[in-house]
Amino acid sequence: MELLSFGDTGWGDELFFATLMTIAVSIAAMAIGFIFALIFTPLKLSKNKTLNVIGSCYTTIIRGVPELLVIYLLFFGGTGAAMYVASIFGYDGYIEINAFITGALAIGIISGAYSTEVFRGAILSIDKGQFEASKVLGIKKYIQFYKIILPQMLRLSIPNLSNVWQITLKDTSLISVTGLVEIMRQSYIAAGSTRDPLFFYSVAAVLYLMLTFLSMKLINKLEIKYSKGY
Amino acid sequence: MISIFPSLLSGAAITLQLLVSSMFFGLIIGLIFAILRINKNPIINKFAYGYSYFFRGTPLLVQLYLIYYGLANIEFLRNSFFWVIIKEPYWCAIIAFSLNTGAYTSEILRSAFQTIKKGYIEAAQSLGVTKKITFYRIQLPIAIKQSLPAYGNEIILMLKGTSLASVITIMDLMGEARKVNVLTFKPFEAFITAGIIYLFITFIIHNIIKYLEKKYGFQT
Repeated sequence: MELLSFGDTGWGDELFFATLMTIAVSIAAMAIGFIFALIFTPLKLSKNKTLNVIGSCYTTIIRGVPELLVIYLLFFGGTGAAMYVASIFGYDGYIEINAFITGALAIGIISGAYSTEVFRGAILSIDKGQFEASKVLGIKKYIQFYKIILPQMLRLSIPNLSNVWQITLKDTSLISVTGLVEIMRQSYIAAGSTRDPLFFYSVAAVLYLMLTFLSMKLINKLEIKYSKGY
Repeated sequence: MISIFPSLLSGAAITLQLLVSSMFFGLIIGLIFAILRINKNPIINKFAYGYSYFFRGTPLLVQLYLIYYGLANIEFLRNSFFWVIIKEPYWCAIIAFSLNTGAYTSEILRSAFQTIKKGYIEAAQSLGVTKKITFYRIQLPIAIKQSLPAYGNEIILMLKGTSLASVITIMDLMGEARKVNVLTFKPFEAFITAGIIYLFITFIIHNIIKYLEKKYGFQT
């Protein structure tokens, strides 16, 4: 227990901040994923063949390659690309892109692919009559989307989005390979300097279990709140 | 581009080995825990639930590190004959992956067992079929058929999971791609080629499962 105390001698405060970092990265990744999902869901549902293929390519490729690959590609490739762009402007030094931004972006792209599928399924399960009815009533397309489709879509997708959140939360552990100090990286450092990997990785496992458990409870509450009246 | 291909393919062979062996052990573990989950004894039931909760609630990377770095910390294990197994990263990876996929598989099979119509079991009972035969001849085949689509997804998730073996020094497809990146400083070539190979394997698995579903699955 001494190892977990706060202050200079223990790892308690380090692990606490690492947990906050994991939560921050997960939320950032989930938000970036939503942006991707809101761009690609209409593409996947569109009747235009080219747009459709673009949307399908995104979800198929991202869900078909390992998460680690996306992270490495962005981490190593992103640095190279940034240095190339900088060299055009006459800067030849080494540029390191912030690990938080690359990590959140990489996990965001992955969770976006899952969110896209969730939103697509939710929109498809909305009764067709509602689209037709709003069309008959002369409601404009964007108002139809914001006032009729979006609220229902969000309600229908909460249970599946909670799965996406769990996946995203667990995927953030992979960012540790790029050096961002979140739960996994911090336990790695602590395990290395105290030579007690069993203890620190068990603590990491417990921290992740706590996060998944608490978020489950929170999402269940949300689900009850938004399904009122149904 | 062409010169990096052989090394990536040799990595892909390791990836497939890891996948096949962990799916094999995972299926056995999953089947055992699914049967424990539908057991009416609350202690056995809770134990199986705890197992699947732990392995589904923590990242695979944590499990891998716990087994690879953590187990080596236990004096007792280091002196026993288990040390021959857990000192090898390859076997540690297979143990971690099998336990992880076993947890998911047990959930898939459990839900398949629970959705079997009660009428089938009652019909078997009234015909005087013994419990054992009801299980092996009626419940198990139906459960396997019903869980095919979800199991296909699990195989693909596990294929992606095997890439984590590269962080504990195994030269699988991901490990080879990392090596190529370090040697040539060409991250795009290395990782995109590896990505295409991963996609190709995913594509093949997807089609095999689709074929099996068509052949053995339910048309409902």
